[in-house]
Amino acid sequence: MSGLSLRRLRAMLVKESWQILRDPSTMLIAFVLPVILLLIFGYALNLDTGRTRIGLSLQDGGEAAASLAGDFRHSPWFSVVEVGDVPHLKDDLVAGTIRGIVVIPQDFSRMAARGGGDIQVITDGSLPNNAAFIAAYAEGVRQSWTAARAGHPASPPPLSLTLRYWFNPGSVSRFFLVPGAIAIVMTMIGSLLTALVLAREWERGTMEAILATPLGMGELLLTKVVPYYGLGLGATALCTLVSLLLFGVPFRGSVLALFLIASCYLFCALGQGLMISALARSQYVASQIALLAAFLPSLLLSGFIYEIASAPRWVQWITLIVPARYLIPSLQTVFLAGDDWGQFLPDMGKMLLFGAVFFLVTRWRMRRRVA
Amino acid sequence: MVKRFGAVTALAGVDLVLHGGQMTGLVGPDGAGKTTLIRILAGLVDADEGSAQVLGASATQMRRQSLGYMPQRFGLYEDLSVLENLTLYAELRALPDAERSATFARLLDFTDLARFQSRLAGQLSGGMKQKLGLACALVSQPQVLLLDEPGVGVDPVSRHELWDMVRAMAGEGVGVLWSTAYLDEAERCDQVYLLSEGALVHAGPPGEMMARVAGRVVQVAVPASERRERLHALRASGVVMDAVRHGEALRLLLRQPVDQVDPALGLSNADIIAPRFEDGFIDALGGADLAESALAAQYRTIPENDAPAIEAKGLTKRYGAFTAAGDISFSVPRGTIFGLLGPNGAGKSTTFRMLCGLITASAGTGSVAGHDLRRARADARQSLGYMAQKFSLYGDLSVRQNLAFFAGIYGLSGHAAREAIAHVTQVFHLSAMLDMNAGTLPLGFRQRLSLACAVMHQPPVLFLDEPTSGVDPLVRREFWNHITALVDKGVTVLVTTHFMDEAEYCDRIALVHQSRLIASGTPDELRTLAGAGQGPVATMDQAFAALIRAADTAREKAA
Repeated sequence: MSGLSLRRLRAMLVKESWQILRDPSTMLIAFVLPVILLLIFGYALNLDTGRTRIGLSLQDGGEAAASLAGDFRHSPWFSVVEVGDVPHLKDDLVAGTIRGIVVIPQDFSRMAARGGGDIQVITDGSLPNNAAFIAAYAEGVRQSWTAARAGHPASPPPLSLTLRYWFNPGSVSRFFLVPGAIAIVMTMIGSLLTALVLAREWERGTMEAILATPLGMGELLLTKVVPYYGLGLGATALCTLVSLLLFGVPFRGSVLALFLIASCYLFCALGQGLMISALARSQYVASQIALLAAFLPSLLLSGFIYEIASAPRWVQWITLIVPARYLIPSLQTVFLAGDDWGQFLPDMGKMLLFGAVFFLVTRWRMRRRVA
Repeated sequence: MVKRFGAVTALAGVDLVLHGGQMTGLVGPDGAGKTTLIRILAGLVDADEGSAQVLGASATQMRRQSLGYMPQRFGLYEDLSVLENLTLYAELRALPDAERSATFARLLDFTDLARFQSRLAGQLSGGMKQKLGLACALVSQPQVLLLDEPGVGVDPVSRHELWDMVRAMAGEGVGVLWSTAYLDEAERCDQVYLLSEGALVHAGPPGEMMARVAGRVVQVAVPASERRERLHALRASGVVMDAVRHGEALRLLLRQPVDQVDPALGLSNADIIAPRFEDGFIDALGGADLAESALAAQYRTIPENDAPAIEAKGLTKRYGAFTAAGDISFSVPRGTIFGLLGPNGAGKSTTFRMLCGLITASAGTGSVAGHDLRRARADARQSLGYMAQKFSLYGDLSVRQNLAFFAGIYGLSGHAAREAIAHVTQVFHLSAMLDMNAGTLPLGFRQRLSLACAVMHQPPVLFLDEPTSGVDPLVRREFWNHITALVDKGVTVLVTTHFMDEAEYCDRIALVHQSRLIASGTPDELRTLAGAGQGPVATMDQAFAALIRAADTAREKAA
C-alpha cells in the first residue's frame, strides 16, 4: 500500500478516542471495574490464617486434662469460644458459630500418666478444608503438649526457629494481592477490550467500509494499539493511587520502573488482544477466547493467587507461557521491595518477546479480506 | 469470476463489465451472489478463479482513493456524529484540505443532512443513514461507486431520492454498480446483470428482458366472484406462465402472444400491457408453478363468522418518549388478506407483535379470532399461526425436529402430529431435507419451513411478517398461491411486506409511516387516493410515495 500516512493515522486515532469516550462500557471496564476488583482483592479476599473458633468439652477433672485445655486456650491457631458438653456444642457446630469440637475424654489424665491419652476432634465434614486444618492443628497442640510434659519444661529448647517476614512484616496478603490485581486490570484492558473493539468493527460492518479505503492494515493495527495503551496506563495509574491511598500498600520502587514494566506488559497484552481479534470476528467468540486465553491464566497461573512453586511440575511448565507470570513478581517487587533491575530487565525482555510474537502472528493472520 | 464457500458455489463463472457514466444494476434474490461479487470488485474477497480489474489494476491493488464503496450496513460509526463520520472518511480517502469545506457543503446539501451534522449516526432514521453512507462513499469524488443493496428497508420516498442522487453521479461520468433485490429498480438501470444462484441469467440493457415477453403480458378485468374459476381454467390450459392479481384485475404472462391464444379462454378482450422486468425474469426461469395449492386442499374450512377475525382499536406502544406505534386501528373480516405496508422502523412489526400478544400495548385493545388480547392472550395465540420476519426456527435442529417441536407447542400429538408433519413435508417439498439442519437450508426452503411450522395446526388466523423477504419471484408466487388459497378456505391473513407489488394480493391495505397509520383501503382505492383527483397512479410504489409526501406535508403544516 502507500506506506504510513500520518493523516489517516490521526483521523483513525480521533475516531477511536471519541468511541472510547462515548461508549459507557469501555469506561466501565477501564475505570470502574479496576476499582471494584481492587476492593474485592483488598477487602473480601483474605489469604491470611487467623484463629479458628472451636468448642472445648472437658470431661476429665485431672491436672493433665486442665493443662492440655490451657494449651488449647493459648494456642495461636484456635480461639476457644465455648466450653460445655458435646450435645450442646454440637448445636453450635451445626449452626456454624464454631468450626470444630475438641473433646478431652473422662480418663484422659489417667491414660496420660501411662504415656497415652487420646483426644477426640469433631469437625464439620461438609467443610473439608476447615475439617482437615482443625484435625491437624489439634493433633499438633496435643503432641507439643505431650513433648513438653515428657521433657524438661524449664530448660530452653536446643534449637528455636523464629520467622521474620521481610518486605511485608505483617504478612498482610492484601499487600501482594493488590499489585497482582493491577496485572489483572491490565490484562482486561489490553487483551479483552482490544479483542472486543476489533470484533465489534467486524460485527457492525464498519470494518468492511474502512478496508475499502486506502487505510493500510498496519495503520489499522497501530490505531487500535495506541489509544488502548493510553487507557491501560491510565487504569494502572488509577489502581496505583487507590492501592497507596486506600489500602496503604507501600510503594518502594520508582515511578519510572512501574511505567516501564506496565508498558512492556501492555505491549504484550495488546498484541494478544489483536491476535484474538484476528482469529475471531464476533464479539461473543472474542470475549470467550480472551477469557480463556488471557484472563483466566493471568488470574490462576501467574502466581497471583496460587504459588507457582507449589503447583505440579507440568502446571509449572504451562505457566512459562503465561505472560502475566513475568509481570506479577516485578510488580510486587516494585511496590514492596524497590527497584531491582536485575529482576525487572529479564522479565521485561520476556514480556516484549511475547508481545513481538503476538504482533507477528497478528500481522500474518490479518488479511485485508472479509471472507 | 468463480467463488466457492465450502460446498456452496456463490459465483459460478460470472463476467461483468462496468462502464463509466452508466448505472449498472446487479439484480437477484438473496443468496444469488450479489454481495460476493461486489466484495470481489472492492478487493475484499479473492476470487477462486478468474480475475477482477478495477481502474486498470487488479481489484486488490487498485487506487482505493478512487473507489466509493457502501456496504449493506452502510459502514457508519453509530457513536460518531454525521460530521465526524464524514470527516473520518474524507481523511481516509485523502480529500485535499482545500476542497474539504466545499465538498462537505455540497454533500450535506445533496443529502439534505445539513440540519443534522452534529447528530450521532446511530440516531438517524434508516433513510438518513443511507444518505450519510452514500455521502461517505462519495466524499473523495470516486470514479467507481459500488453500492450493496442501498434500497433495502427504506421508505419509497428516500429510495427515490437516493436513486436520483446516484443517477446524478453517473451523469458526471462515475461508473455505478447498484445491487438490489427489487426488480423494479433494475428496469431503470442502463445495464442489468441478473444473478440467480450464482449464475448469470441475463446481461444487457433491461429493455431486452422486457422485449422477450413483449405482447405476452396482459391484464384482464375479472369480477371477484368469477376469479377462482377463471384462474383455474387458465392454469389448466397451460398457456399461462404467471398470474397475479392487480386490484380487481388479473395480470397474466402468457406462453405465446395473446392473439395466438385459444379464444375459448376469453382473453380476446384482455389489454396488452407494458411488461415489467420481473415478467422477463419469470420467463427466463421457465414460468411460475401455478398448480392448485396442496396446502389449502387439505386445510380445514374455517366456520363462517360475522365478527372480525382481527381487530385493533387505538393500539399504541411507547418506549419512553418514543412512540413505536401510535393509535393504530383497523378491523379484518374473516377470510380476507390485510396488508400492513411501510418501511423498516415504521411500526409494522410492533403492531404485529402487539396483536400476537408478544408485547403488551401501552394503550388500546386488540382481538384475534374473538379472543381479547388483554384477557385471553393464550387463547388468542393458540388460534394464530405466526411466521416471524427473521428466521426464528432452531438452526441447529433438523427440519424433522423443528416440525416435531412446533407440532408439540401448538398442542398436536400422536397421530395428529405425525399426519400434520407428513402433510406439510409433502406440500413444501421438504422430504429430501428432513435430516438437514434448518440453519443450513437454502433461503427459499428456510422460508418454506417457517411457513410449514406456522400452519401445521391449521389456525383460523395467520400472521406473516415479511414472508417473502429476499426470496426469488418463483418462491414468492408459490407462497402467495398458498396464501390466497387458504383465504378461500376462510383463513384470515395479516401480512407485512415491503414489496409494493405484493400489496396487490391484499383485500385491504394499511400504510404505516413514522409510527402512524396514514391511509388504508383497497389497492385500487389507495391508487385513486394517491392520484389526488387526477386518476389513479400506476403502481403501489408510486401510491405509497405520494401518500407519504402528503402525510409529511400535512404534518409540517400542522406544526
